[in-house]
Amino acid sequence: MGDYPSSSTDATAGGSGVTGRHARPAGNGVSPSSYEEPPIGGGGALPKKSRFSMETGFRSLSVGAGAMVLVIIVAIAIFLISKAIPALKDNTASFLTSEAWFPNDAQPKFGIAALAFGTLLSSVIALIVAVPIALGIALFLSHYAPKRLANPLGFVIDLLAAVPSVVFGLWGRDVFSVPVQDFSVWLNKYFSWIPLFGGDGPFGRSILLGSLVLAIMVLPIVTSLSREVFQQTPAMNEEAALALGATKWEMIRTAVLPYGKPGVLAAVMLGLGRALGETIALALTLGTVFSISFNLIQVGGNSIAANIANTFGEANDTGRGALIASGLVLFAITLVVNMAARAIIYRRREFRDSAA
Amino acid sequence: MSLLDKELSGVVMTADNIRTKKLPIAVNLGVLVGAFVVAAVVVLGLGIGNWVLVIALGWIFYLVGLLVAASRVEGRRAARNRAWQSLIYSACVLAILPLASVVWTLVSKGAGRLDGDFFGSSMNNIGARDANGGAYHAIIGTLEQVGIAALIAVPLGVLGAIYLVEYGRGAFATTVRFFVDVMTGVPSIVAGLFILSFWVLIVSPWFNGGQPRFSGFAASLALSVLMLPTIVRSTEEMLRLVPGPLREGAYALGVPQWKTILKIVVPTALPGIVTGVMLAIARAAGETAPVLLVAGGAAAINFDPFTGNQSSLALFVYQQAGDASKYAPARAWTAALTLVAIVLILTIAAKMLARRNSLSR
Repeated sequence: MGDYPSSSTDATAGGSGVTGRHARPAGNGVSPSSYEEPPIGGGGALPKKSRFSMETGFRSLSVGAGAMVLVIIVAIAIFLISKAIPALKDNTASFLTSEAWFPNDAQPKFGIAALAFGTLLSSVIALIVAVPIALGIALFLSHYAPKRLANPLGFVIDLLAAVPSVVFGLWGRDVFSVPVQDFSVWLNKYFSWIPLFGGDGPFGRSILLGSLVLAIMVLPIVTSLSREVFQQTPAMNEEAALALGATKWEMIRTAVLPYGKPGVLAAVMLGLGRALGETIALALTLGTVFSISFNLIQVGGNSIAANIANTFGEANDTGRGALIASGLVLFAITLVVNMAARAIIYRRREFRDSAA
Repeated sequence: MSLLDKELSGVVMTADNIRTKKLPIAVNLGVLVGAFVVAAVVVLGLGIGNWVLVIALGWIFYLVGLLVAASRVEGRRAARNRAWQSLIYSACVLAILPLASVVWTLVSKGAGRLDGDFFGSSMNNIGARDANGGAYHAIIGTLEQVGIAALIAVPLGVLGAIYLVEYGRGAFATTVRFFVDVMTGVPSIVAGLFILSFWVLIVSPWFNGGQPRFSGFAASLALSVLMLPTIVRSTEEMLRLVPGPLREGAYALGVPQWKTILKIVVPTALPGIVTGVMLAIARAAGETAPVLLVAGGAAAINFDPFTGNQSSLALFVYQQAGDASKYAPARAWTAALTLVAIVLILTIAAKMLARRNSLSR
């Protein structure tokens, strides 16, 4: 606005702050800022403007809508905290370190430790499984598959990202649990000397099942974001690598992957954010046990979000407050993860519009 | 006599041997068959697993064998290229298997209850021994909740995007844009808890004689919190694609800025905006957790979103999945098939619309 010194409003001449507040519009257009500027000194003949004009009205409406986003984020934090505090005051155990979850008792005892651990463990395993496969598919779609195959396949992957999580949860519980249980028994038989696969059973609704279902759900998101980033690799870089005699893989390793690294990192973080907040799929596939254990294949595992969905029905007032407190922890974790991901994307401006 | 004409003793230059050597396909296939035979002998001979392990182990043997064979014939670099290529191809196959299984189960199990009764009746008075019962109430709930959520989120989201593109400059706009992005990652259950603690526990008692009350409208609020950032992002992207000269033309004719935005910019970007809105609606229709927390779920038909519990299709799937009745899984799968059909139709229609859009990157 400093570019237009002549448009400073003169309140006595009837301007209601309209002209001076025009910001430059998008596109590199010229601002229409001064077209209704009253002539200085001779403004008596001009019609008086009403104090309220459509321009200011519309403008403040849109500013309000933009501010709404900030209001909602802040409101989420405020309301969750306000409802969590009474329950936290009644809590007789340490909220951060206790593994127990009995918020509905007369002496409420609950802690976030087991839930937070289960949330992080299942998400991390899901990403360890999903990310290499997702990058493989993304590379296949962007550099290996013929165009006629790549476009429909990419379309299908995008569609899979839209499938509701309750469907994946139902599938994981009814169908996928059978092979996973067989696999768990097999792992236990031959690899029980590794603590991850130890235990005497029963096997089935375990962290392993939950993580694998999560991995299948995160796969389409990570794939479609990394694919877009890989496709944006400058053709010059690729051709230069090939001209120097690189094989296709060497070209990918030296030109495509370094270029796409920040985008891939952001995609992984976004996938992590999604996995951390996933509710229903885990509520249907985890074994709902409140303990910290690295055992992946025995019935067990729990996560913050799944626990809220599972125990909300029978919660009393304190129990509800305890669940809201655990939701607050989840909100904080996902906020940090998402802000980190966005900060990475914002640093590389070229990904900003694509990797959203 | 130039260098090219000089012949090495004993070497005849033919079209074949001046090119780099390639691994013959026969060798490739041989390695493949050999790997699986060895894997089968090892696994079944020692009795350490079944055919799944044979395939997994055979695949590993094949990769190793290919790497060895190719590096003998083609050299180390080419061999590595080959190995990575097969790894990437097999990642694709590995991912398609579970996804195909999801689709197959959905269709085969979901077709079981795909009858008029399912779409025409609710779960009211349906006991554990009754095979009938349907999702009519849940479909009503989904349509009403998502509709109201769209009514709230679409104007707000489009206006927010207009602010970001047309008016927003400086630190405040950057902050808003950043938090719109961050908000896309807010888990649906947190949105549900927010509306639970804000609307259900604090606001709704005012209208209900001091008692907190679940309602479909609360679910709409939670869904609109989830839809808002998606709509802002997609609309913002489309508005940015509107060419600057269009705006300048309007300004030159003396059209004020708000009219330019409403009559020129938004109509130009409209197909893209509609696409984004439809994708957001599709995502909201599939959300279970917020509806579970703030609408409560119900077995009977409830047309009024403002009073009383309501169900939704996604919640219906979840509740039937947890039901002990032996007829519940069939209902759950049919409802899941219906839900996926609605979501996919919306998504595909949105993408088709996006393809016909004249503004594109």
